[in-house]
Amino acid sequence: MVRFADVYKSYDNGTKALKGIDLRIDDGEFVFLVGPSGSGKSTVVKLITAEVRPTDGKMLVNGFNFSNLRTSQIPRLRRTLGVVFQDFRLIENMTVYENVAFAMRVIGEGSKRIRERVPIMLELVGLSHKAKRYPRELSGGEQQRVSIARALVNNPRIIIADEPTGNLDPTRSREIMGLLKKINELGTTIIAVTHESAIVNSFAKRVIALDGGKIVHDGSGGYYQV
Amino acid sequence: MKGHNFIYFLKEGIKGIFVHGFMSFAAVSVIVACLLITGSFALVALNVNVLIDEAKASNEILAFVDDSLSDTEALALTSKIYQVPNVLTAEFITRDEALEDYYAELGEDADEILVGITGEDLRHRYRVQVVDLELADETATALERLDGIGSVRYSQDLSDATLSMQKALNVICYILAAILVLVSVFIIANTVKLATMDRREEIAIMKMVGATNAFIRWPFVVQGSLLGVTGGIIAYFAQWGVYSYLTRALADYIGGSGFIEFLGFGEFAFPLLIVFLAAGLLVGVLGGILTIRKFMKV
Ligand SMILES: Nc1ncnc2c1ncn2[C@@H]1O[C@H](COP(=O)(O)OP(=O)(O)OP(=O)(O)O)[C@@H](O)[C@H]1O
Ligand SMILES: [Mg+2]
Repeated sequence: MVRFADVYKSYDNGTKALKGIDLRIDDGEFVFLVGPSGSGKSTVVKLITAEVRPTDGKMLVNGFNFSNLRTSQIPRLRRTLGVVFQDFRLIENMTVYENVAFAMRVIGEGSKRIRERVPIMLELVGLSHKAKRYPRELSGGEQQRVSIARALVNNPRIIIADEPTGNLDPTRSREIMGLLKKINELGTTIIAVTHESAIVNSFAKRVIALDGGKIVHDGSGGYYQV
Repeated sequence: MKGHNFIYFLKEGIKGIFVHGFMSFAAVSVIVACLLITGSFALVALNVNVLIDEAKASNEILAFVDDSLSDTEALALTSKIYQVPNVLTAEFITRDEALEDYYAELGEDADEILVGITGEDLRHRYRVQVVDLELADETATALERLDGIGSVRYSQDLSDATLSMQKALNVICYILAAILVLVSVFIIANTVKLATMDRREEIAIMKMVGATNAFIRWPFVVQGSLLGVTGGIIAYFAQWGVYSYLTRALADYIGGSGFIEFLGFGEFAFPLLIVFLAAGLLVGVLGGILTIRKFMKV
C-alpha cells in the first residue's frame, strides 16, 4: 500500500524532481509508471524505498508513516519491499542460488529456511536448472529473473521494478513483464517503471504517467502515449 | 546474536582477511611491532619502578640525638619528631641497638671493623621514614633544627636524576601507547577499507533488502578484531622471547652480582597477555567501525 499526499522532492543541487504528487496504490494492484526521461519516475521509486526523503508532503508505505520514520526503521520498511533494477545488480562471484540466498541471509534468516525457500523462488522464475551458474553465464533475461527471485524471496508486499526490461530485447521484455504479472496474480503488488508503450498497452493495467515532476495521467486500461 | 549470524560474520570476516592477504599480513606486522616497542618500554619502566619502590622503602633519615640528653629525654623526642611535616614513621634506636645493627649489617667483617667500639661511642638515634620522598631534604633540615637532635644523616640513595628518569620513562610509555593505538587503528582501518571496496555492491544490496546497519558492520568489525587479536598474540610471544633474552644478556653483562634483580617474565605474563589482547581487540574494533561508518548513511 502506497500513499503520496502533495509530495515534493528537490535534490541538493536544486533540481525540482517532483512537484506535488498525489498517489494511491492499493495492495494487489499492478501499476505501470511511465513518462519521459527526467520526469521523476526513479525519484518516486527512491522515495518509496526511503533511499531519498521527500522535501515536503506526506507519505505512507506499507503502514510506515514517513513523517516520523526513524533511520532505524528503514531496514524494516525495506523488508516489505522487493526492488528490481534495469542493471540486475547481481553479485558476480556468487552463483544464482547464492545471490538469492544472500538476500535472506543478510536479514538474519537461518540456513534451514533459506534451503527451503530459495529453490521455490528459482522454480517460480524458471531457473532451477541454473542454480549453480554464475551471473556472467546467463543471458540478460535470465539475470533479471534471478534478481526478481531475489526481490521476492523475503516475501515482500510490493515489488518495485525500475525499468526492468530496459536492457532486454522485446521478446525477453515481454517474458519478464509476464513473470511480474504472474507474481502479481499470486498476491504481490507490482509497480513497474517502463518506457515500452507496446507492452504497457498490451497488458491493459493501470497506468500512471509523469511529466515534469507531476502526474499527468492516471487511469486503467493501459493507454499510454509519449 | 543468533548463532547462524555469528557464523556468517566470522566467515565473512575471515574471508576479508585472506582476500587481501598481503595487506592483512602488513597490518598484523605493524601491530606486532607497535605492541613490542611499547611493551618493551613498559617492561623496562616496570623494572625501574619496582627497583625504585624497593629503594624508596629502604630510604630513611637518621636523626642523631644530642649526647647531653638523658635516655628518657631522648625517648621523649618521639612526639616532637612526629610533629615534623612529612614524617611517616620514627623508630627510636638506642646506642646499643645501633651497635647490634652494625654487627648484623657487616657480618663477618664486623669484628675487624668495629674492634674496640662499644655502645657508649655511639649516639641514640631515630630512624625516620618520610611520606613523600621528594620532600625528604626539607624534612631532614626540619629535623636537624629540633632541640635535642644533634645532627642528621640523610643519604639520598635516589638521586633526582633517577627519579626524573623514572618519570620520563613512564611518560614515554604513555606516549608510545597512544601512538601505537593511532598507528594500529590507521593500518587496520585501511585494511578493512579494502574489504569494503570489494563489497560496495554487496553492501548496497544488503541495504536494499533491509539488512540493518549493525548486521552490515559486523563482518568488518570481526575482521578488524581478528587482525588485532592475532597481532596481540604474536606480540605476546615475541615479547616473551625478547624479554627473556635481554634480561639474561644484561644479567650476564652486569656479572650476576645480584645487584640488580630483573622481574621474571612469569611474574607479569598473564596481565601482559590480557593487555596485549585487549589492545589488539580495541584497535581492531575501532579500525573496523571507523572504516564502515561512512557506509552507514542511508
Ligand atoms: N541524485 C540526484 N541529484 C540531483 N538531481 C537528480 C538526482 N537524481 C535525479 N535528479 C534529477 O531529477 C529529475 C528526475 O530524475 P529521475 O531519475 O526521477 O527521472 P526518471 O523519470 O527516472 O528518468 P529516466 O527515464 O531517464 O530514468 C531529473 O531532472 C534528474 O536530473
Ligand atoms: Mg529513472
